[in-house]
Amino acid sequence: MYRYDEYDQSAVDARVEEFRDQVARRLSGQLTEDQFKPLRLMNGLYLQLHAYMLRVAVPYGTVSSRQMRMLGHIARRYDRGYGHFTTRQNIQFNWIKLEDAPDILAELATVEMHAIQTSGNCIRNISADQFAGAAADEVADPRPWAELLRQWSTFHPEFSYLPRKFKIAVIAADEDRAAMRLHDIGLKLVERDGVLGAEVYAGGGMGRTPMVAPLIRDFVPADDLLSYLEAALRVYNRYGRRDNIYKARIKILIHEIGADAYRAQVEDEFAAVKALGIDPPAAELARITEMFALPPLDRQAPDAVDRSDPDFAVWLDQNVRPHKVPNHAVVTVSLKPAGGIPGDASADQIDLMADLAERYGHDELRVTHAQNIVLPHVAKRDLHAVWTALAAAGLAEANLDLISDIIACPGLDYCSLANARSIPLAQKIQARFAEPERQRDLGELKLKISGCINACGHHHAGHIGVLGVDRKGVENFQLLLGGSGAEDASLGRIAGPGFSEDGVVDAIERVTDRYLAVREDGERFLDTYRRVGFETFKEAIYG
Amino acid sequence: MADPDQADIGGEPSLRFRDDEPSDEPAVTLDSFLTDPGNATAVRIEAGDDARALLPHLARLSLVEVSFPSFRDGRGYSAARVLREAGYAGELRAAGDVLVDQLPLMRRCGFDSFAPEAEIDADALARALERHEVRYQRAADAALPAWRLRHG
Repeated sequence: MYRYDEYDQSAVDARVEEFRDQVARRLSGQLTEDQFKPLRLMNGLYLQLHAYMLRVAVPYGTVSSRQMRMLGHIARRYDRGYGHFTTRQNIQFNWIKLEDAPDILAELATVEMHAIQTSGNCIRNISADQFAGAAADEVADPRPWAELLRQWSTFHPEFSYLPRKFKIAVIAADEDRAAMRLHDIGLKLVERDGVLGAEVYAGGGMGRTPMVAPLIRDFVPADDLLSYLEAALRVYNRYGRRDNIYKARIKILIHEIGADAYRAQVEDEFAAVKALGIDPPAAELARITEMFALPPLDRQAPDAVDRSDPDFAVWLDQNVRPHKVPNHAVVTVSLKPAGGIPGDASADQIDLMADLAERYGHDELRVTHAQNIVLPHVAKRDLHAVWTALAAAGLAEANLDLISDIIACPGLDYCSLANARSIPLAQKIQARFAEPERQRDLGELKLKISGCINACGHHHAGHIGVLGVDRKGVENFQLLLGGSGAEDASLGRIAGPGFSEDGVVDAIERVTDRYLAVREDGERFLDTYRRVGFETFKEAIYG
Repeated sequence: MADPDQADIGGEPSLRFRDDEPSDEPAVTLDSFLTDPGNATAVRIEAGDDARALLPHLARLSLVEVSFPSFRDGRGYSAARVLREAGYAGELRAAGDVLVDQLPLMRRCGFDSFAPEAEIDADALARALERHEVRYQRAADAALPAWRLRHG
């Protein structure tokens, strides 16, 4: 894992003091709320329905046990004893007092953490494949690249007042586990003629105008990456729309002028920027990469796993994935227990996961964009012990990628933008499909719920998506079908008129019933949908 | 870092980080400059103007004033970078809705003069300008990025 040196620590410490100063000026009235807002947002502090919410950055979703325990401590001391893991691989605390925020940032800084640029119209936390460094299919670990980008984008003098927020994801495998093409910029690391570089996609995103990012450049070698991104961002900063907040994302610019015109402008800018010497030497990426070396795994540990406990075997099959070292495994801890709040974990659960990572997982955890936690390096020998401890804490739900592994935004229970409540709906869907055998029979089925058109719950990318809207003062839920955030990225299509909360649960069941009736051997829901088409399912829903 | 002079110029409070005498010539709009430059040496560009249009004329200019109609409008940061990267060495002034917490970023983008609409608190500014010792990127100022300090 990356460790701060004196420069990184100094940058974060200075930020804490800066924010303390800004909060003091706000409390004394020297700053208006309007002037303070972008400053607090760039430190992750939102004003929600009931209180301030603080979003803490988990760069590329990687966190150590010590850092995880700090998150538990913050939940306990400054919040109501829990935290909420987000689709940007971050964590947010929903009940924060403004006066406490500088102290929380100071506590975070003691474990090399911060809340820098987790909100605001700037470059946000860089996300990455949650299996990075453990997956067999990656050409390189994407996290050193994400760390390079974290540093480049931190306090970027030119790009702190962009037209709108800007999200970057980095992956390094053909299987896309990070919804890369639904980002403002998505990077896929590839090797060409022995040189590592990136395919650059730009202009993807969800929100009210969802788009899958087109390929903007086939290959940018590592040595040119920051220059190229500087050029890509500059074109956006200069020409992105600022007249309408809903048309200010880069996807609208690229859609309006066309990918070819955008690409040509970036190339012109890149030709000028490349001469400025803003790319760090190869030694910097090498320095960072060294810190992400695979931990010392016990390669002599037995490979065999005793599957005699049936509940354990079910969890193994569902939540445990292969590691690039065969006698190890990648464990996903589901934060989607039946009746729970998707992505929430109590302080005690956070501590327990930290303990397990320390004892069995080489001190490492990951936050996934699907709001679960990963222990990336567990010896197969230890899987039963890990499962036993998770089960005792209510964390052994065997539902990874099943219909109850729901992504949901906080919705109207917390969010001032929301039109509808996402959490109760998620719980009703989980209850309807509570039977584990039924879920497993349905197989991989990614269900995603957003409580408003801003799409924080990624409904466009759900195999089944649900969008909460307000219809004449009543919560109403639209159903979308056929979306995907994976390497076969696609946007869901609205099925038709919306439903009440109970009505949409029934409609989802009609969709899954039709799937079971028409699927062929080995087909996931999404495969069947793509083969038989939208109308078959629409007919199932509306008759 | 030199202490800025906070003086009244043309009735507006202004901060300067330059040792030369301020230009007393009124700035002309980019349109009028491009149509008929005359003897003008001072130009004002609006947030939506293309700073690149000035690149053929940089040598004759002693002041470029960049307008910030709202502190949220960040186009002027790129305008400053474009001008400095092309070698412009004259006064580069940020004018309009310019706030204390933005000045450190603007300095990094090459602005060396400021005409904020509202007076800037001198103590808060001094703290803001001195707080960050580490820079992560190369920009239009002389600061060395962290990677350069790490690797020489």
